[in-house]
Amino acid sequence: MSPALVIILVGSCVGASCALVGSFLVLRKMSLLGDAISHAVLPGIVIAFLVTGSRASVPMLLGAGSLGLLTVLLVELFNRSRRLREDASIGVVFPALFSIGVILISRYASQVDLDLDCVLFGEIAYAPLDTLTLAGRAIGPKALWVNGSILVAVLLFVLLLYKELKISTFDAGLAATLGFSPVVLHYLLMSAVSLTVVGAFESVGAILVVAMLVVPPAAAYLLTERLGPMLALAAALGVASAAGGYGLARWWDCSIAGAMALAAGILFLAAFLFSPTHGLLARLLIHHRLGGRLAGELLLLHLRKGGEGLPVTVLERRFGWEPRRLQRVLSKLLREGWVERAGEGLRLTASGSQVLEDSGRMELAHQL
Amino acid sequence: MSLPEIVGARFPLDSSPEPARALPAIEVHDLTVAYRTQPVLWDVDLQLPEGRLIAIVGPNGAGKSSLLKAMLGLVPAVTGWVQIFGEPYARRRSWVGYVPQRESVDWDFPTSALDVVTMGLYGRIGWFRRPSRHHRETALACLDKVGMKDLAHRQISQLSGGQQQRVFLARALAQDARLYLMDEPFAGVDATTERAILTLLKELRNNGRTVVAVHHDLQTVAEYFDHVVLLNMRLVASGPVATTFTAENLQRTYGGRLTVLTQATEALLQKRAVADATAAEGEPWS
Amino acid sequence: MELSFTARNVLMGATMLGALGGMLGSFALLRRQSLLGDALAHAALPGVCIGYLITGSKTPLPLFLGALAAGLLGSLLILGVVRWSRIKEDSAIGIILSVFFGAGIVLLTYIQKLPDGNQSGLDKYLFGQAATLVEEDLKVMAVLGGIVLTALLLFYKELKLLSFDRAFGASLGLPMRRLEVLLTLLLVVVVVVGLQTVGVVLIVAALITPAAAARQWTDRLGSMILLAAGIGALAGVAGSLASALVPRLPTGPVIVVVSSGVLIVSLLFAPRRGLLWALLRERQVADRIRRENLLKDVWLLGERQGDWEGFLSWPLLMGVRGQTARELSKSARPLAAASLVERSGDALRLTATGRREAESVVRKHRLWEVYLTRRLELASDHVHRDAEAMEHALTEDAVLRLEEMLGHPEVDPHGRPIPRRPAAPAKPERSVAA
Repeated sequence: MSPALVIILVGSCVGASCALVGSFLVLRKMSLLGDAISHAVLPGIVIAFLVTGSRASVPMLLGAGSLGLLTVLLVELFNRSRRLREDASIGVVFPALFSIGVILISRYASQVDLDLDCVLFGEIAYAPLDTLTLAGRAIGPKALWVNGSILVAVLLFVLLLYKELKISTFDAGLAATLGFSPVVLHYLLMSAVSLTVVGAFESVGAILVVAMLVVPPAAAYLLTERLGPMLALAAALGVASAAGGYGLARWWDCSIAGAMALAAGILFLAAFLFSPTHGLLARLLIHHRLGGRLAGELLLLHLRKGGEGLPVTVLERRFGWEPRRLQRVLSKLLREGWVERAGEGLRLTASGSQVLEDSGRMELAHQL
Repeated sequence: MSLPEIVGARFPLDSSPEPARALPAIEVHDLTVAYRTQPVLWDVDLQLPEGRLIAIVGPNGAGKSSLLKAMLGLVPAVTGWVQIFGEPYARRRSWVGYVPQRESVDWDFPTSALDVVTMGLYGRIGWFRRPSRHHRETALACLDKVGMKDLAHRQISQLSGGQQQRVFLARALAQDARLYLMDEPFAGVDATTERAILTLLKELRNNGRTVVAVHHDLQTVAEYFDHVVLLNMRLVASGPVATTFTAENLQRTYGGRLTVLTQATEALLQKRAVADATAAEGEPWS
Repeated sequence: MELSFTARNVLMGATMLGALGGMLGSFALLRRQSLLGDALAHAALPGVCIGYLITGSKTPLPLFLGALAAGLLGSLLILGVVRWSRIKEDSAIGIILSVFFGAGIVLLTYIQKLPDGNQSGLDKYLFGQAATLVEEDLKVMAVLGGIVLTALLLFYKELKLLSFDRAFGASLGLPMRRLEVLLTLLLVVVVVVGLQTVGVVLIVAALITPAAAARQWTDRLGSMILLAAGIGALAGVAGSLASALVPRLPTGPVIVVVSSGVLIVSLLFAPRRGLLWALLRERQVADRIRRENLLKDVWLLGERQGDWEGFLSWPLLMGVRGQTARELSKSARPLAAASLVERSGDALRLTATGRREAESVVRKHRLWEVYLTRRLELASDHVHRDAEAMEHALTEDAVLRLEEMLGHPEVDPHGRPIPRRPAAPAKPERSVAA
């Protein structure tokens, strides 16, 4: 397997798993909790390293996983005390935990393998080199095995608990009455997040995991209305960010992890601007069209109310519109044949009257 | 302290209940307000007289709050305009006092009741200056007027709902406005506070001020207010309560049958003449 | 204690940052924008890199300006994303935070590959390497800090209004949007100032933790801001001293740990808001209610029997209260200790004081029942539950006013007599008027 392929595969596994759990974070408005977890797991990793004396994966996963849960618990605790709001709870918990981790590293582990840069930024470039040996035989890059397994685990998690996750995300109260404890699901989800985050550490490092957790799902959120397609799209965008990021990094000769985050951002930007349903361009177009229709109806209504024959300048003053806007609306109405000129002012035509009737604006809008 | 002693330095106070003024307090023309192309107010034309207690009623989503906010320039209008005492709002800002809904604010903020009332004076204090002792005394007098003088230094989260509403009212008093716009001033307050707020509003009216309030309780419209505006995205009717607050208009506003309501309304309209004769007496805040 | 030149610089820088962070952090905390500071810090990185690339120098000013510009751009983009799409605020913050930071890392690694690039020392902004603070840095910090302080003083009341009730401020004609931009700008300045000392990840703690701690001690904004500045400065001093004296102890993390410690102490022990006091108060109230209930039960038994002189047997009391002997004994002990009851073997009776206190409780209960049936016209079989709660909650004042309001009733809705208050107490009576 070529090194480039390994890197792309590892990145894709990370991107996909993060996107899957991250989608739920985004939908539950807990994106920043993911950010917090990704920083706060540091002491867990350090402690695992100090205790076992090695960088073996399993203890690290355990250590970091438990720290992830601890973070969530602490944030909940602070929030529940009602002395701190939720955003403040997050903002005080993760820096404290992160600081403890940094202090531990500086004091007890600075000479050794576990250097800060690596933990924070990962070094996915080394992934092809770090091979796993089982019973004396090299079976492939360790990072690929680890992250591949995590991806499988996450996929199982999402597939098995799909409907429970769906209900508890959209209506926790309903979920509770149906017998699915939202609290249990919450902590299960957070465990999945911790696991994914830790697995991603070695590749993209702590700080850039957030990009993978939040950005592809946010982009997917702008592209579809349903949960299933959103998850699939998010995973696909995660993979695309990984592959695209690697390409960018090769081109510019820079940090691979950073380039992956940047690639994710570019994809999000594209979705933000061009999504056919929620994109900025689409919104402006709809707004423009509907806004124009609204303005036209108002003008017709006004003419019906007694504005017929009044010079245009009077209309201008009444409406408080700029002359250009008024002209634009008028010319459209004239073009459609809904008004016609009459003396100094305007008059409704028959079809114009019909349009006004059809619009239903003449009657009360609310029928109880 | 009586109302004229606290405020009233700026506007001549008229204690006669029927002030003969030509200029309406509020004039609304062709007002349409839309949120993202969805209209909430459609082509509203309105004239509200000065020196009255005016209620705005209508079903949820009828645009009542939006009407208030449009008058204050807090939301943009698609068409139309609003005039306050003959001028655009921007030029009459200091004549208008605003009492928002209680939920609009985080009551855990570290500030006292007195502090909140003093905020009503910021427009007059101006940039870069601290509130003077005179300002604080004015604020305290306003709190006293709503019966909250003893609680002036209490932090606002330790106040009950009714007390919080009174703080907002005191703040509006401190603004010494000629026109008061209130968003559901009676919502969620206990019966005693409600009576007391009403007494204060009536005193404001008797001193020539105008009060326009979004009101949620149809049962009390006829008893509390002089004028009513029935709104359901469009203006259904507007005028004195006796002639406007009728069963027919209510049905047009709310749709459907409102038999219980109409009976209650008619009973209240009859009671109203009696209630009106009873002026506020004694200390209402016991 | 002789501090090295570096250590003194660190001390000054950390203290300045602590104070400024506490002040601005108070506003961020109250406006529920705690994590905005985190986003702005991450967003500043590419600005620092670009500043370096453009000017090619390591002098602090262009780097600060670059960070400032990037931070402002980031905050505008967050607002834009939320306003023009269905993305919620937390996700918008996460997006800007991570994408900008990723761009920053890309630029950083690009710079490191340039000739001279490794000397750029730009990575100190990531973790904060306070030890690299030089005099010029401190000067810039002091100037910026002065500007921030002046702005806060000048616009204090308007910023307070912005944070508390923005719509009201707008209705007063104040330019709320511009004030908001000002506040964000000040926040960005403080964030950028702090980057070198504590680094990107920890800056949010420098803002929020002291402010959160300060909030527990005071209910006034002015005091909160000053206290937050003090706590921040204190943490700065402690952090820099500790890292100067103990080897291999980085400054930033220690500052955060210290202020987190202060926060925990504040949450637990601050008067009135402190959690421990709240627990104690709850315990006290629960104890009082238990005591009053036992007194009342004993008294009621006495009423049924027609006299209170006789001792009531243990089994009788156990039956009435549904308690075991052990439980009853435990409940009775504090009463005996306070001389409210007398024990004689396996029997119990009220002392004179105990009887008065029990009657007070019963009086409140029955008065309340009268109030509910007469004033609120509730059915008499619906009032007992409510009275069971109110008998512990009514104050003496309330009782006096109830009696007056109800015309000194003699019996409750069930016909049972309301105990009279003791006549002519030995102590002078408190005035009845409220």
